[in-house]
Amino acid sequence: MAPASIVRLDDVHKTYQMGAVVVEALRGVSLEILAGEYISIMGPSGCGKSTLLNLLGCLDRPTIGRYLLGTEDVSHMDDDALSAIRGARLGFIFQSYHLIQQLSVVENIEIPLYYQGCSEAEGRARATELANRVGLGHRLEHKPFELSGGQQQRVAIARALVNDPLVILADEPTGNLDSKSGAEILELFDDLHTQGKTLILVTHDDEVSRRTHRAIRLRDGLVETDVRK
Amino acid sequence: MNRSPSLSLERLRRTVRLGLKSLWLHRLRSLLTVLGIVFGVCSVIAMLAIGEGASYEAQEQIKNLGSQNIILRSVKPPEAQKISEKNTESYILSYGLTYADLRRIQSTIPGVTVVVPGRIMRETVWNISRFADCEIVGTVPWYPEMRNHPVAEGRFFSEADIIQSASVCVIGAEMADKLFPLGSAVGGAVRVKGDYYRVIGIMEALGKAPGKSDADARKNTTHRMFIPLETARMRYGEVLVKRRTGSSEVEKVQLHEVTLKVASREEVVNVSLAVKDLLERNHKKQDFEIVVPIELLRREERTKQIFNIVLGSIAAISLLVGGIGIMNIMLASVTERTREIGVRRALGAKRRDIVVQFLVETVMLSAAGGLLGVALGVAIPWVVSYAAGLKTIITFWSPILAFTISGLVGVIFGIYPAIRAASMDPVEALRHE
Ligand SMILES: Nc1ncnc2c1ncn2[C@@H]1O[C@H](COP(=O)(O)OP(=O)(O)OP(=O)(O)O)[C@@H](O)[C@H]1O
Ligand SMILES: [Mg+2]
Repeated sequence: MAPASIVRLDDVHKTYQMGAVVVEALRGVSLEILAGEYISIMGPSGCGKSTLLNLLGCLDRPTIGRYLLGTEDVSHMDDDALSAIRGARLGFIFQSYHLIQQLSVVENIEIPLYYQGCSEAEGRARATELANRVGLGHRLEHKPFELSGGQQQRVAIARALVNDPLVILADEPTGNLDSKSGAEILELFDDLHTQGKTLILVTHDDEVSRRTHRAIRLRDGLVETDVRK
Repeated sequence: MNRSPSLSLERLRRTVRLGLKSLWLHRLRSLLTVLGIVFGVCSVIAMLAIGEGASYEAQEQIKNLGSQNIILRSVKPPEAQKISEKNTESYILSYGLTYADLRRIQSTIPGVTVVVPGRIMRETVWNISRFADCEIVGTVPWYPEMRNHPVAEGRFFSEADIIQSASVCVIGAEMADKLFPLGSAVGGAVRVKGDYYRVIGIMEALGKAPGKSDADARKNTTHRMFIPLETARMRYGEVLVKRRTGSSEVEKVQLHEVTLKVASREEVVNVSLAVKDLLERNHKKQDFEIVVPIELLRREERTKQIFNIVLGSIAAISLLVGGIGIMNIMLASVTERTREIGVRRALGAKRRDIVVQFLVETVMLSAAGGLLGVALGVAIPWVVSYAAGLKTIITFWSPILAFTISGLVGVIFGIYPAIRAASMDPVEALRHE
């Protein structure tokens, strides 16, 4: 059986109104992503990579076009429904980690479960399990500022995995890291891919792109090339 | 996954804990933010307690005078006072209420039921070598009942004592302690100048309010000794001689104090006006005063009402200022935590969740301020009554009300910052530096 299609964009446009000027960040992107794919999105600065990722992550709605996530059309959902979808089906990893400073490692990992209405004990157990999986089982009670950048990004990865998402979205996840910690994070992504996760990485780094199995290149809000290896 | 409703108790508990962490992260700022509420609540509770205590004491004193009573007192007319200051020669000054006044009141004013006349002399009372300066009050047997001043031990003098001009006396509890420190005063004898009086009773200590020590009460009240009116008239006549350096002053006063009892409370004020009229017609000088306890009581109540209104306004203003301070800091906090809000939204938080989070934080902040204020506001009156000997009363509702209102202030002033936080666009919030 062929892998199921989990993301499907049909001629998606995204425009921003900047006073009198209309900025066309995406100008008709169509894309299909299958379960278990390991994808990189590349392109020059300002070509719309982050915009595309935000749409895929249901943080924003397309101006024109249709977006199917799994079997649901999410292009016209209201804010609460989109929040529910993000919490239940998506995992986010950011360039500057975006951990919450006043919470400990394990509490940071728990956040998505908290908004899912999961009980505290259950959440704590699951978060601990994931902290172990990213190699931070001994740092559960530490605060983010006590960790290195690489460790913080691993906490963020654990947090993105905690709700067992359909797709994991990462915007330049190694952008703030030195090459050694970056390599460790990429190893982790490789492992996740082998475990069957669907990963989409936005990156400027050819090295990162080379590891992935599908490379999408954007230019001026359009897909320039889309190569499966 | 086991889902519970989004506003369950457990969830609220976790939100509260989360809020505590966020507030604790900026603990100095949180503390400074709530100071407005703390001082507002604390000063209102403390002032209310002190005001309540003062008003209670005043009301007790007035009640002791009797709410159905009218008290007439002889006062030295102001002109006479001036003369006696200048003149160093001896002369006789005659003023005050007379027995004729008393008869006129009894015969012409219908509402008056009982009359308690009294003569007051200042003398030193001795028991062998112990002595006390006191007011000797010549009065009638029904004095204790009329003035709400019961006898603690022994008895008050009777009609028979009056008729016989018996040499008996009833002394105040404070005086009894001083003159007869060992054993009971009843049955003993005291000496005033050359006359001896048998002690037949001891009055209850006056002005002994709860919360005040016995010693305090004793220090403040004047010593009084009661003797039958006829005895007083016989022994001391109507002429008082006061010796001062360089001159002696002779005053002639028939009655120093007269207490009238009016049949019904409603009539007290009218009767007092009639009495005033009557006395003014027969006295050329202003040598008497009329005290109407029930009017004093009403005035006292009105004063207290005004005091409470003023206090309420101060409370409202300080809570308003405190609330605005909290709102200001919460708005700053929302801006500062824009990224956190973006992250939470990305991780599945609905707008409602963000509203609840910030609202809970604000309410906790102001409620903590309220609690701190209540604690201080309860402690201050306690210290005041301990250190200054002032009576204070903390009414049970004032801390509860103050705490509830400070919580409410949190809700009211927290809503706007919370809505501002929730209405942020997640993408914008995530990009915020
Ligand atoms: N909120 C916005 N308002 C107006 N214009 C925007 C907004 N967000 C993005 N844009 C515009 O959309 C275009 C695409 O932006 P986007 O952030 O997706 O680029 P990017 O490919 O992620 O660039 P980089 O590699 O620098 O991160 C840019 O021209 C940007 O100026
Ligand atoms: Mg970008």
